[in-house]
This record gives sequence, structure tokens and C-alpha cells, in this order.
Amino acid sequence: MSDVEDNLQPIAILIDELKNEDIQLRLNSVRRLGTIARALGAERTRKELIPFLAESVEDDEDEVLLALAEELGAFVEHVGGPEFASLLLQSLESLATVEETTVREKAVESICKIGEVIPQDQFQQSFVILLKRLASGDWFTSRSSSCGLFPTAYPRASEEVKRDLRSLFLQLCKDDIPMVRRAASAQLGKFAKHLQPMHVKSDLCPIFVQLANDDQDSVRLLAVDNCVAIATILSNDESATIVLPTVRTCASDKSWRVRYMVADHFCELASALGKDVTKNELVHAFVRLLKDPEAEVRTAAACKVTLFCGLLPPSQVDLVLRYILPCVKDLANDSSQHVRAALATVIMGLAPILGKEKTIEHLVELFLHLLKDEHAEVRLNIISKLDAVNKVIGIELLSQSLLPAIMELAEDKQWRVRLAIIEYIPLLASQLGVEFFDEKLGNLCLAFLGDSVHSVRSAATTNLRKLTEVFGVEWAQSHIIPKILSLYLHPNYLYRMTTLNAVTVLAPVVGNELLNNVLLPLVLRLGLDTVPNIRFNVAKTLQALLSVPLDPVSVQTRVKPALMKLCDDSDRDVVFYSRLAFQ
Amino acid sequence: MFSSDHLEWKFSQVFGEGRNSVDDGTDDVVSAVEFDSTGDYIAAGDRGGRIIIFEREQKTKESSKKGKSAEYKFFTEFQSHEPEFDYLKSLEIEEKINKIKWCKRQNQSHFLLSTNDKTIKLWKVYEKKIKAVSAFGDKKVPKKPSDLKLPSLDTRETLIGATPRRVFANAHAYHINSISLNSDGETYISSDDLRINLWNLGISDQSFNIVDIKPANMEELTEVITTAEFHPIHCNLFIYSSSKGTIKLSDMRSAALCDSHAKEFQEPEDPSSKSFFSEIISSISDVKFSRDGRYIVSRDYMTLKVWDINMESKPIKTIHIHDHLRPKLCDLYENDCIFDKFECTVSGDSNLIMTGSYHNNFHIYDRESKNECQLEASKMASKTKKAVPMKPGRKKSKDELNPDTIDFSKKVLHTSWHPYENIIAVAASNNLFVFNT
Repeated sequence: MSDVEDNLQPIAILIDELKNEDIQLRLNSVRRLGTIARALGAERTRKELIPFLAESVEDDEDEVLLALAEELGAFVEHVGGPEFASLLLQSLESLATVEETTVREKAVESICKIGEVIPQDQFQQSFVILLKRLASGDWFTSRSSSCGLFPTAYPRASEEVKRDLRSLFLQLCKDDIPMVRRAASAQLGKFAKHLQPMHVKSDLCPIFVQLANDDQDSVRLLAVDNCVAIATILSNDESATIVLPTVRTCASDKSWRVRYMVADHFCELASALGKDVTKNELVHAFVRLLKDPEAEVRTAAACKVTLFCGLLPPSQVDLVLRYILPCVKDLANDSSQHVRAALATVIMGLAPILGKEKTIEHLVELFLHLLKDEHAEVRLNIISKLDAVNKVIGIELLSQSLLPAIMELAEDKQWRVRLAIIEYIPLLASQLGVEFFDEKLGNLCLAFLGDSVHSVRSAATTNLRKLTEVFGVEWAQSHIIPKILSLYLHPNYLYRMTTLNAVTVLAPVVGNELLNNVLLPLVLRLGLDTVPNIRFNVAKTLQALLSVPLDPVSVQTRVKPALMKLCDDSDRDVVFYSRLAFQ
Repeated sequence: MFSSDHLEWKFSQVFGEGRNSVDDGTDDVVSAVEFDSTGDYIAAGDRGGRIIIFEREQKTKESSKKGKSAEYKFFTEFQSHEPEFDYLKSLEIEEKINKIKWCKRQNQSHFLLSTNDKTIKLWKVYEKKIKAVSAFGDKKVPKKPSDLKLPSLDTRETLIGATPRRVFANAHAYHINSISLNSDGETYISSDDLRINLWNLGISDQSFNIVDIKPANMEELTEVITTAEFHPIHCNLFIYSSSKGTIKLSDMRSAALCDSHAKEFQEPEDPSSKSFFSEIISSISDVKFSRDGRYIVSRDYMTLKVWDINMESKPIKTIHIHDHLRPKLCDLYENDCIFDKFECTVSGDSNLIMTGSYHNNFHIYDRESKNECQLEASKMASKTKKAVPMKPGRKKSKDELNPDTIDFSKKVLHTSWHPYENIIAVAASNNLFVFNT
């Protein structure tokens, strides 16, 4: 009995807080509505809680209403199961008419969730009637919300009701208020999936064309999405007659925003419309978009170059060469840096499509050009994708043509560019082999340890471990350790810290001998450093070393005494970390 | 016969204190007036950052539409903007309301945009039911589930409340001079001296810059933007006027940054009338589209110009408002009145235009015929006024003849016209006058 008592007091508090002035408390209570409902039981939930919540819908804050809309969507079990599910719809209907868009959308989502479990005999009365009420509401908010309910209502409706729903939807598509037309247009694709193809052709296709020619730009924008949706449903031939003309109009629309949408959705359009259309028409449309006067459109198109070329069958590579490649060359010299940056992100992906010869012939010079671009972002985007090219033309050629440029970038003024180079080095190392690496890149890696930016130094130390994994401990001993040894005497404490970082990072991979003979003494000597930051980092490093694991003898003879000394240090942080390490 | 020939304007109501002088506390001075899209509400903003809304009285069944004065009554009032201080530039930001624009009704509440020099706010004005919790759950520890009780509420009263739904801040480096809602119902533009930004009503932390006339070198600055307005029907067109007397029409479809205009409306200056003040008085203080979107009306210091949207070379009509002030331009420059920004308004049927002048006078002109009507915004002048034909050089009424007797501190800068009836709201210092036919 006392268990039940204990559990009820917090619930009583939660209930009271539903109407508390503090919004955080109200929000918290709303999110725990499930708990409250369980405590009250299904019947009381139906008779008291739901009506109570229905009143709260009127004037609460948006955040609370949003949480309420979400909770109600999952309330079916709390009201006693699907047969009572329709009780929830009244509150949700009010929520679907508020002015805040996010709340309306969540309410519509919840209504659909509930709609799926309402028993068939209640469906007409509760769900369909609700939809019709919203769709004929005075304010555009309720009409917009009603559009989201059609895809759920249609599959479960009778033939007559289906006819009603279709005509109601068409009416909403012709509504006076642009926002309602937008909502309807946005749902067109989803709705179409549930209709039989003949209805799609007779009812939805004409309205789809009408919406694509709407006066308001904001409505026409959505036509592109619908093109994809409808083309997917219809057969290729039908798409060619019905959807393709609209695609053509959109691709040459006066508003750059509509053209942008076409560029953005181009690959989906190509897949939906089929290979023939793609080959004959879309390639040319794409070229036009790549040359569009508005930079935003060119950027969107540039982002899709690789994906689109990937859609073309391998036999059509010459199409790519003849039409798309010249545009790509122009884009590499585009006046807008956003276009060039977008191109840089995807251009490397063209290498596998074109094959080795053509890549060498056409693309490598473009890569080089973009690598030397004045804008950091463009350079950065190229570097991040070098391995795609690597696979195609091989490391020899890559190193010959691109390596000089990469070396230059390693000294770039922008630290993010330097960082990107470091992250690429292990890959280069594994491919180039030890000798080549030592000759060209070795010094570079070690120089990074002394970079002025912390992130770069940090990445450089991680890099060291990866290199040791690739080349082996002996190599590390001859190449890396000397540098570390020199760094630890550096007058600037930040570089001495780098030494400690390096030790921490390398410890797991260098093997005990090196650890005990070379690295540990280093660390211990730094324990006497004048700068407290170094000393407490020593404590941290020692702690890390202990878990390597270090051999017990060393631990006893050297580590422990050192730590004990540090525990008596004058600086508080040093004492703290030493104590921590001691445990 | 043009119906405007028979129009008789008469004074209907005045709101605000009876004082007309400006020295007594400038906070009450009305700085913006706007009818909503139904004409049932008028919003007035003042220099103290307050907005006062008036609601039209319901017509009783017995009164006929013609001949009954349109009566408005006080609806609600709220503080829209507070004075602020810009710490970075050590400047005060005035709370004066520069513009108010009503949004389309989307539910039982009213929405309007109001702006001061730096921040735009979307206000929701609605009927609030004040509910009080009459009983919380029992204080004693609940022993079984049936002890749990839900709070019960009663409705105490209904008030008109106003809350800011969105605050669009920090997007303008210079003073905002106008805002305009798009016909798509979702977006609007705000313009300051050098830039115009495009906003979405639902998103307050992002805006797109669509016009930027700031020169690379600020020393080369020669003109500023004075107003901007969206076309009432086409969602992609908007106009903006400049201090050099040009109106530019831009199409948002053509490019993301609309620095280049599609059309430019500018009348070449008549070299014979050039004077020291020509440039100042050619600065356009307001532009408006007619409701059907076919005409643009612009107001500069001395004239009203009506432009046909299809003809850029010259206006189809130029109306001289107060030519008798021309000899006094020097004095007006001395007392800064030459920089006064008069608004212009177009009637719902696009046939009548109104603009203000000094001595609390304002003028209503017929776009087609040559009639004009001059009225005074004052409680004394409660007789009706008929529209009379204008003739160049015609003697105006007695007290206008002598510029020396004009009170330049009394000016009608802000006016608004009912969307489809002939009811006008005129702001004169801290009073709001309603006239109708």
C-alpha cells in the first residue's frame, strides 16, 4: 500500500504543475502526461484528463502546445485502446488550427498516427468528418492543416468517400490563399501514392500542371518535388507526355528559385523519368543549369555533377565528355567562390567515371587549378577528396602532379587547410612507402609538431601514432624520437606540452623497451619543469602510461616516487592530478 | 460624370488630447497610421513606442450605409517598442514607431508588424480569457488513485491582450524607414537607408539581403533609400525610392541580389527650375502602389506624381501641393522643415490620392479629373468640404495665401485610407482625425 502512496504524491504534484505559472514546470508536466494518465486509470483519463487538456489548448505557450500535440499522439493506450482513440481528436483538432506552424504540423502528425489505429467502423465518423471540418474552415490555418490528413484518410475510406476526398483535395489546390495551395501541393506526392493510376491521371495530373504554373513563386517551387513523385508512379511513356513538359517549364522558369529547385532535385528527376529521357533531354537541361546566370543555381547544379554523371550508363561516357566536361571547366573558373567550392567537393568523384586516361587528360589540370584557388574553402574541398583520384590514376602520377601543390598547402596560412593535409598524410604514407615518404614528407610531419595552432599540433601527434603503425617501431625510433627529444627542451612551454602529448599518444605503440628507456625518463624530467601546466600534464601522462601497461618494476622504482613528489607540489592542480594518478 | 465631383468630405471623429502644440511632451505625437485589410480597425503608433488600435462600431440595422458617419471606438493600446541604447556606437535607439503594417487575418486574432529604427516586431492582438485556477488538488497526501484531482478553472474575464510573437532584430545597420508585406502572405521586406532585407514571418533569426546600395567607399555615398513597397498582386515585384528622386522597380525572380533594377522611374530635371534646393526637394518621401497595381504614386517635398507602371520616362500626372511655399524654401531649410517626410495614400478604388501639408492641412486629389479638395485636420473645421476643380494659379483659401501666417509646426505627415470605402484617418501631432464622405 505504501508503494502506491509513495508513487502518488509526485503525480499529484505533476498534476498541479500542469497549471503552474512557470512554463518549465508546465512543460515538464505535459511531457509526463503518460504517467499521470496511468495513475488516473483509463476511465478517469477519458472523463477528466482529456476534457481538462482540451481547455488548455486555448491559451498556452507554443512550447507547451507542441509538447501536448506530441504526447496526445501516443495517448491511445492511456484512454483504453483504439476504440476510444477518437476522443483524442478534439484537442488535436484545435491544435491543428493554431497560428504557430510547428504546433500545427505536430498536431497533424499525431492525428495521422491515431487515425491509423481507429477501428474501421468509427473511421468515417471521427476521422473523415474531422478532415472535412478542417478543410472547410474559415481560416487558412485549418485548411492548410487538413491537407496533411488526406494520405491517411484515403486508403481506409469507402469508394464514395474516396470520390469526395479527391474533389475536396482539388478544391484545396485551387484555394485563394497561397499558403493553402502550398500545403496542398506539398502533399500531392504522398496523396498520389495511394490513388489508383487512372485517378492519378484524371484528377491529379491536371491540377499538378496548374500548380506548376501558379502565380506565386512559393507554390511553383513545390512543383519540382511533385514532378518526381508523379513520374515515379506513372510509366516512363506517360511521364514523358505528362511530366516532362512541366519539367521543361520549370527548368527555364523566370524565377531563379524554381530553377534552383530543379537543379537541386535533378538526380531524382533523372531516375524518375528514365534513361531515355535522361539521355535525350535532361543532359542538355543540366548543361543549361550549369551555365545559369544566377550563381545560386550554378552552385546547386555543380553539387550534382558527379551524381548525375553516375546515373548515365557507362556507354554514355562520351556524352559526359562532350557536353558536361566543358561546363565543368568553365565552372572551375567561375566568378563566384561558392560555385567553385561546390564544384571542388564533387569534381574528384568524376575520376572513376571517366577512367584513368581521360582523368589524366582533362581532370588533373582542373584539380591543380582548384588547389591553387584564392579561397581557402575551395582548396580545402579538393584536399578532402584526394583518395578518390588516387584509386584511379595511381599514386605515382598523383605524387608527380599533385604533390608539389600539396607541399605548398602544408604551409598554407589557413590552419584548417594545414589540418586537412595532416589528416591525409597517413594515407599518402601507406601508399608511397617509407623511402618516398621520408624524402618528401618526413620533415613536414615533424614540422607540424611545432605549428602555432594547437589543433594542428594535436593532429600532428595523432598522426605520429598512425605513422608508427604504418612504418613500425624502428622507423619511429630513428625518425620521430629524435625530434621529440629536441622539442622537450624548447623554451616555450607549449611545445614541451606537445612532447608530453606525443608520449601519451605513442606509448601504446612503441613497445616497452622504448618506453622505459627513452620516453619515461623524458616524462620524469619534465616533472621538474618550472611551469605548473607541464607538471600536471606529467601527472596525467604518467596516469596514461600506467594503463599501457608499464612493467611493475618501473612503476615501483620510478613512477611512484615521482608521483609522490608531485603530490607535495605547491600548485593545486598538480596535486589534484597526481592524487588522481596515484589511484 | 465622375463620382468624385460630388464627393463631400466631412469631419467624423478625433482621438487624442485636445492639445495641438508640440512642446508639451512629444511622446504622444502620432508617427504612423494604418487601416487593416478589412477597414474595421485603425492602428496608430506614436513617438513613445505605443500602438493604439481603434475598432469600427457595428452599424445598427436602422442606419443606411450612405450618410452614416463611420464611427470608431478605442479597442486596445500597448507598448510596442522601448527606448534602447546601442553600446557599441554610443547611440540612443528611439522607440518611435516608424511604420505599422497589418497582416492578413489568419484566425480570430489580429496580427500586425510594427517597427522602430532598428527592430521589427510581429504583434498578436487577441481576446484573452483570464482563467483562474479555482481549486488545485487536495493538499493532503493522496492514498489511492481516486484521491488525485485535476485543477479546475473558471473564466474570470475577457481582456484584449497583445503579445509579441516574433522579434526581428539586428538586421539593419541603419535606420529602418519602411516595411511591406508580400502578397504571398508569408514574407515581407524591411528597408533602411542603404539596404533592403527579405524576411519570412515565421523565421526571426534569418533574413536575406536583396538590395544593397552601399558603396565600397562610404565617401562616395550620394543617395539613400527612402521607402520600399511590394507590389500588391505580383509576389516578385517591389519598388524602392531614393533621395535622388528615382523609383526603381525590381524583380526578385531575376537574381538573388536585386541590385540591378528592371525599371527606373525618373523624370529628368528641368534645368530652368534648378536651384540650390532642387536636390533636397526632389527626394522622394513616400511611394505607394495603387490597389490594382497599375499605378505608382510618389511624394516629394513640393509635388505628388502619378506614374503608370508601364511608362518610365515621365509621370502621367504631376500635382503641385503647395507652390506658394517655393519662395520660402530658404526659411524652410533654416527651420529644417524642408526635410519633412510627407506620406501619400491612394484610395481603394485607385482613383483618389491624398497627402498632407502644413497648418494641419491635407489635400485629396482625383487621379483622373482635375478636382481637388483641401481640408484641415482640426476640430474647428467641422464643416463639410466639397471637391473643387483645380486650376493652375487659382487662389487658394484665404489663410493659405499668405505663407507668413502658416504654422509650420502643424503638419500632416501620416495618413491612411480605408481599403474600399471613402473613410480616411489623418494624424496631426498627437491627434487622430477620421473623415469620410
